[in-house]
Amino acid sequence: MRKLIAASVLALATGVSGGASAEPVKVGLITTLSGGGAGLGIDARDGFLLALKNAGDAAAEIEVVTEDDGQKPELAVQIADKMIQSDQVDILTGIIWSNLAMAVVPGAVAQGKFYISVNAGPSALAGSQCNENYFNVAYQNDNFHEAMGQYANETYRKTFIMAPNYPAGTDSLTGFKRYYKGELAGEIYTQVGQTDYAAEIAQIRASGADSLFIFLPGGMGIAFMKQYAQSGVDIPVIGPGFSFSQDVLPAIGDAALGVKNSASWAKDLDNDASRTFVETFQAEYGRLPSIYAAQAYDTGNLIVSAAARASVKDAAAFRAALKEAGFDSVRGKFSFNTNNHPIQDIYVREVVKEGDVLTNKIIGTAFTDHKDAYAEQCPLK
Amino acid sequence: MQTALFIEQMLNGLQLGVMLFLMAAGLTLIFGVMGLINLAHGSLYMVGAFACASAAAATGSFWAGLAASLAAAAAAGAIVEILVIRRLYRRDHLDQVLATFALILIFSEGTRWLFGSFPLYLDIPPLLQGTVSLPGGSRYQLYRLAIIGVGIAVAVALFLLIAKTRLGMRIRAGESDREMIGALGVDIRTLYTLVFALGAALAGLAGALVGALQSVQVGMGEPVLILAFVVIVIGGIGSIKGALVGAVIVGVTDTMGRFLLPQLFGLLMPPSQAGLVGGALASMLIYIVMAVVLAVKPQGLFPAAKG
Repeated sequence: MRKLIAASVLALATGVSGGASAEPVKVGLITTLSGGGAGLGIDARDGFLLALKNAGDAAAEIEVVTEDDGQKPELAVQIADKMIQSDQVDILTGIIWSNLAMAVVPGAVAQGKFYISVNAGPSALAGSQCNENYFNVAYQNDNFHEAMGQYANETYRKTFIMAPNYPAGTDSLTGFKRYYKGELAGEIYTQVGQTDYAAEIAQIRASGADSLFIFLPGGMGIAFMKQYAQSGVDIPVIGPGFSFSQDVLPAIGDAALGVKNSASWAKDLDNDASRTFVETFQAEYGRLPSIYAAQAYDTGNLIVSAAARASVKDAAAFRAALKEAGFDSVRGKFSFNTNNHPIQDIYVREVVKEGDVLTNKIIGTAFTDHKDAYAEQCPLK
Repeated sequence: MQTALFIEQMLNGLQLGVMLFLMAAGLTLIFGVMGLINLAHGSLYMVGAFACASAAAATGSFWAGLAASLAAAAAAGAIVEILVIRRLYRRDHLDQVLATFALILIFSEGTRWLFGSFPLYLDIPPLLQGTVSLPGGSRYQLYRLAIIGVGIAVAVALFLLIAKTRLGMRIRAGESDREMIGALGVDIRTLYTLVFALGAALAGLAGALVGALQSVQVGMGEPVLILAFVVIVIGGIGSIKGALVGAVIVGVTDTMGRFLLPQLFGLLMPPSQAGLVGGALASMLIYIVMAVVLAVKPQGLFPAAKG
């Protein structure tokens, strides 16, 4: 009898440890925690860490090292090198900005590390420069803009479009025009980091447009929307979700009310994963999560799910486990395309006021199971 | 319609220029009187905007915020002068640049520590909301007109202060001969602190006024600082008059460039390309103007008279 108990205890112990003895995984989180873009990076970091915390024991073997890139490409590259060489991380993640991603990702995957993007999705990495070890959980950069172009077709015939003059800005307007069928009332490229938009607003006023599409992330969007509302121009505004995300809405204020914008997620999305995410995020950090937090939360859960299926030391098996996307996404359904970028629904949201808090509400679906336009150029199968 | 748009754009250029003047006046005053390159001037602009936003949020009044911004920026300026800057007057410019750059980092992280990483909200006061009619049928925002008014008032007040008052006389004396003014028994240390606080208050005022138009966030001062340096290089370092003229030149050139260049290129190429090329050239335009001015007048348009 005693032998039997001992044997079963032993069996139980090995059984349990069989689950938990998943190899330790070391994750390097490089993101923007200082400077003007810090709000985005902090949300991404908090979302990522929350996913590991909520996973409990399943994430016990996952260790995270976090560093601030200050939104500087050269710094991000140094940090990535340091994390690969001396911290010996298995996976890198966390970068918000496309120019930083372009600086870090090719080098990291060439050294056999995994890179899993929480946000940046430059077109090159989705197309010709795609890599089997590069996964993007967020989107390809054009996607939200494409969704807005599609949405504009429903109501508008003469849209004025505007974005900053840098790669993500030109990608944005390209993405919009890929689906928009109406006429353009005007097309302006502004300076990156521009803070005064009086000259552009005067042109928009004079253009006779029936709608205005803008892509102005971070502080640029705040400045523009305030000045636009103050100027008394009443042409309706549409744009990708970045300019109207939870991190900037309080600073824009009521000027954002009624703006239609596109994103892969909003906090009222009806599924259990999303509800748990919003509740625990609010309890942990005392604020509403943004789209950046949601994408990073999904990234954390993707890593947890893959680590439970395969050892990170066995690159082929781990890659296959990542590709399965065996986690409960806050977006409801989620899968990877051949180029390791998401196939997902993209929603149209409207900025509304709930009590005193400005937030987004889903009002429609622009795309179902949307894939990016660059997958065909990617040799991966 | 085109003339109305043109008038509106000229006003926009003037408004940008006036705002730059508030920044550049302090910068040029500090350089002229103390020979100090203050990279942290943009941080004082940020301090003004944050003080205004938080005081306005607490009291519900923009005007209380404006007063708070002046007080906070002047106080921050005086404290920084006494604790740090005072030790730098005798050092060379590289040390000054290093130390004031360190101040930028300290101010930025300090502000983040106090207020968090997310931008603050600040709206224009109800009194100045709305628009007024322009000749030609367009409308212009009242608040921007008010900024132009404040800028002109500050320019006049500064001119009177420097030309007509005893303090102004000392500032001018300090500019032309530091040792002599000390030998005559003027308390040069207090004078320096006062000038520094005055420059800081002007930067704080600019930050508060602009904070209502833009986003109040950490790091907001640095882009403006670069433009302010362009202004004082064009205008002549140390000259208030130069700062005013330089600021208006930069403001109008930048705005009109952004407005006209893409249209100009639109005559030659498809609109999408014209937007890209015109936009890129417009963002270089003020630096091209600066280079031309430096080539013709290396000391700037109105070089300060040096004794």
